[in-house]
Amino acid sequence: MSNWLIYRTFWDLTVSGIVLGLIYALVALGYTMVYGVLRLINFAHSEIFMVGTFGVLISLTKVFGISLFEDGQYPYRSGLMLVAILVASTVAAMVVSGAGAVVLERTAYRPLRGAGDAYGAVVLAFLTGLIASFLFTDSMMVDLAIAAVITGPLSVVYVRIFRKGRQAPRLAFLISAIGSSMALAEAVATWGPDERVIYKTPRVLEKKVLFNFLGADVRIDYVIVALGAILMMTSLLLFVNRTRLGRGIRAVAQDAETARILGVNVNSVILVTFLLGGAMAGGAAMMFTLVYDQTRFNIGFLLGVKSFTAAVLGGIGNIKGALLGGIVLGLAENYGSAIFGGQWKDVIAFIVLLTVLMFRPTGILGESLGKARV
Amino acid sequence: MKKSNLLRAGAVLVSLSFVAVACGGSDDSASDTTVAAEAPASTCEAPVASIALQFPETGDAANLGAPMLKGSQLAVDEFNAANPDACVTLKTFDTQGDPAKAPAVAQSVIDDATILGLVGPGFSGESLAALPLYDEAGLATITGSATNATIQDQGFKVFHRILANDAAQGPAVAKYIVGALAPKSIGIVDDASDYGKGLADAVKKEAGATVKATDSIDPKAADFSAAVSKMKDANPDVIFFGGYYGEAVKLSTQLRDAGVKATLVFGDGVKDQAGYADAAGPAAEGALIACPCKDGSPDFIAAWEKAYKEVPGTYGAEYYDAANVLLNVIKGGAKDRAAVQAAVNKYDAAGITKQIKFAANGEATEASTIYMYKVESGKITYVADIK
Repeated sequence: MSNWLIYRTFWDLTVSGIVLGLIYALVALGYTMVYGVLRLINFAHSEIFMVGTFGVLISLTKVFGISLFEDGQYPYRSGLMLVAILVASTVAAMVVSGAGAVVLERTAYRPLRGAGDAYGAVVLAFLTGLIASFLFTDSMMVDLAIAAVITGPLSVVYVRIFRKGRQAPRLAFLISAIGSSMALAEAVATWGPDERVIYKTPRVLEKKVLFNFLGADVRIDYVIVALGAILMMTSLLLFVNRTRLGRGIRAVAQDAETARILGVNVNSVILVTFLLGGAMAGGAAMMFTLVYDQTRFNIGFLLGVKSFTAAVLGGIGNIKGALLGGIVLGLAENYGSAIFGGQWKDVIAFIVLLTVLMFRPTGILGESLGKARV
Repeated sequence: MKKSNLLRAGAVLVSLSFVAVACGGSDDSASDTTVAAEAPASTCEAPVASIALQFPETGDAANLGAPMLKGSQLAVDEFNAANPDACVTLKTFDTQGDPAKAPAVAQSVIDDATILGLVGPGFSGESLAALPLYDEAGLATITGSATNATIQDQGFKVFHRILANDAAQGPAVAKYIVGALAPKSIGIVDDASDYGKGLADAVKKEAGATVKATDSIDPKAADFSAAVSKMKDANPDVIFFGGYYGEAVKLSTQLRDAGVKATLVFGDGVKDQAGYADAAGPAAEGALIACPCKDGSPDFIAAWEKAYKEVPGTYGAEYYDAANVLLNVIKGGAKDRAAVQAAVNKYDAAGITKQIKFAANGEATEASTIYMYKVESGKITYVADIK
């Protein structure tokens, strides 16, 4: 096709590719950190991102009461109000995603490690009861009542099973991950009066062009994404490298068993890892809705696959690798679709991945499992 | 220690379930309102037969499916009110508009012996997947929306279509663009679906040398920046997009955000008030939407508004007509699938959208007009006939 197109629109494609790549990178952090400490691909992480976008949606429409349009125009806000809305929505997304990740860890993974506790038992018992009651009645109230009754005795049973402390085989974690991913997506899909619809998020930020960079318009939302992503990644790196808990994460990533012997509370380190990964996904969710103004129950799926690809591309288990992988992938997709047409976008992305893995099987920056770089 | 943990967890859970109850409560009330908005349930106690509707009730394009159901339901309800002793039931089958799901759905339609005819399938992709099965079973189908222009050439005897196909829609759109808008250049984008690409190709062929840039997008993706960059670079006066409303919203918004000022033109898959005009807001303003669909007669519009408290949706009138063809044929004495199929082929009577009579390939003989609509002050309004 028009091969010279890429020269004319090169910087335009570069700017939007980097923005998309930074969002990939933030989500990729969750995959990479959990892989670092647990050697587990947390497939439900894409859904943690997705619930974050719904956190933004609820914050904007319910907490701030902003409607999609005001008199047919975007509901732009300005000044302090805008800053307050953006900060509060980011916090909402990070809290929802972080909490989601923590609940996921305690109910879907921790019991499998043979370290289940009362929280996990109660939540699992409640969910079991809820699912069982769905089979008998359609009324949500009755379902909840049945589930609440079942929860008591069942959680005692679960706690007993957990106390036996058996470690499940590796495949069980994978199945648990895929199962929780589906469960979360379907739960959100059936939420609200309209099932499975695309939810538009109100646009509070006027997307003004700030400056022109070699023919590419750099919009304010792009700048916010770039600054936010860099800020979040720098704080994460500082946390992992400079703090006591961060040292714990590095220790567990290097050798969980030795860390345990030396007095590191492995379970709480894992919990903190999930929390951090979830919070990063929440930040990504805010940026995603800022740029694309929408969300949906399956919005995480494609983005999750891409982010996981970015993590592998950069070197899974490696935080800087996630950043590099995300940006490389975002750019490859954009350049690829400009050269070959939009329908080739995913093909290009995965050819890049395959090529890199052929020559560097551990990703561009390499896995950092044994080197404690996380 | 363990016990207090258990207690604390219990407290967390109780508060969680309150939240869930609150959500559940709002859910219940919402489903109440949808029930109220639906057609009055037809009181058919001893049905003589049933007709099926295969359409996207849920899924990505569910908004387009809703009027198909409402139009068919309205026809069946009116018929049953007029013929209480020989009433007919409407059975609905959801494919989500997905060609992969269509064959299994078609099989369950065929296995139901009470079904004498089918309204639909709703979309082109699912039609191509399901029609071989219906053809083998000899079950007459009448679609009021699947507009792909290759279906009629596949030799399906049971296929009938009540509106103009994309072969008419594409050139008509191109004619309108070239004639009424007189652009110096045109950009064309499609969603790589049977429908979207088919329509975009038809427009491309007809518009010829004025087409300056083309691209395909991945409908599952959120980011269309490559296509947007391409259009921005080509800077055409008009951009045509072949695809459905969900992507049209994303594409319109991202094009306008990037400062592209071209007039946007769409096909019938975008003619959805809630799905497109309401969702895209300012980005949709001034967009042109072509459709072989008509709003319907005043009586029909009044009946629809009475039943559903809203204006008729896209293809509502076509599905009302399609269902009425089957109902009239059944009333005329057709008692099995073969008789219904034969009677539909011979059918010749006035519907609310046109005189309904099918040619040998299943196309309605009077279906050639395309209607142009425009988003004005947020509402999709009729502009002109394109003949």
